[in-house]
Amino acid sequence: MPFKDKLYRVAKRLLISSEEAEDATQEVLMKLWAGKKKMGRYKNVEAFAMTMTKNFCLDRLKSKQSGNLKLVHSNYADKGASSLQKQVEARDSVSLVERIMDDLPEQQRLILQLRDVESYEYEEIEKLMDMKPTAVRVTLSRARKAVRDKLIEMHRYGIG
Amino acid sequence: MELDKKIETLLEKYFEATSTAAEERELREYFSGGDVAPHLEHHAPMFTFFSEAKNQRSTRKVPLKARRNYVRWVSVAAVAVLMLGLYFGNQYREQQKAEFAYQETRKALGLIAQNLDRGTQKVAHLSEFEETKQKIYKNN
Repeated sequence: MPFKDKLYRVAKRLLISSEEAEDATQEVLMKLWAGKKKMGRYKNVEAFAMTMTKNFCLDRLKSKQSGNLKLVHSNYADKGASSLQKQVEARDSVSLVERIMDDLPEQQRLILQLRDVESYEYEEIEKLMDMKPTAVRVTLSRARKAVRDKLIEMHRYGIG
Repeated sequence: MELDKKIETLLEKYFEATSTAAEERELREYFSGGDVAPHLEHHAPMFTFFSEAKNQRSTRKVPLKARRNYVRWVSVAAVAVLMLGLYFGNQYREQQKAEFAYQETRKALGLIAQNLDRGTQKVAHLSEFEETKQKIYKNN
């Protein structure tokens, strides 16, 4: 599958946990495979798969939330972690950006991922998110500014 | 300095989400190169992260079985075998029929030959009669 990694990255952005993201990717690919006869009808299989991934992950998040469960992940340490190793890691501004990004609201996170990481065109994002062009731009602008402001703030006051 | 100005305008557009894909690529390239102006440096981690995040790979193999495909090929093979069987079977049957026809013809011809033989024997008596008749004619 040429776009498997893309699906995985988007799933991971939404679910945070790599394990959950792998599960989601597998689920989506299996569903796609089961319905591959119908695939010819879709003009853009990648966009279709991406929509499936988005919906699957959002459902997953919703069901976890209603069950009062949190997705557990061990991708990076909590903010309050105090061991030296973790502090060094946290100072690494690049992984800091990932932490900031993962704190954004889901919609902003997803649009930022699609545009800035996967380099999707605006029209593709509009279709995928089922949003108006202006709404996409506003959300994207907000997400980008939020990351910038958080980054500046954390640099000014130190990480904590 | 001129480049810095350009990058600043690009950044402004970037944060208003009005930049094009090409402009965003330019920004990523600028910030991944080591030559970043000090007053813009705090933007660098963002763009570096975006470039890095694109390299994440899924590590799990998804088992997608090609079972339906297998069944299809088996049926194709079965049909091929059937066709071959029919073809050669037909040939064999044809040969048997020909053999049978040959035997029957031989029998029939044999029968004719036998009867013909008997016929000529009878005709031999006739010639005897003819001979005697000639003798009688000559004597007259």
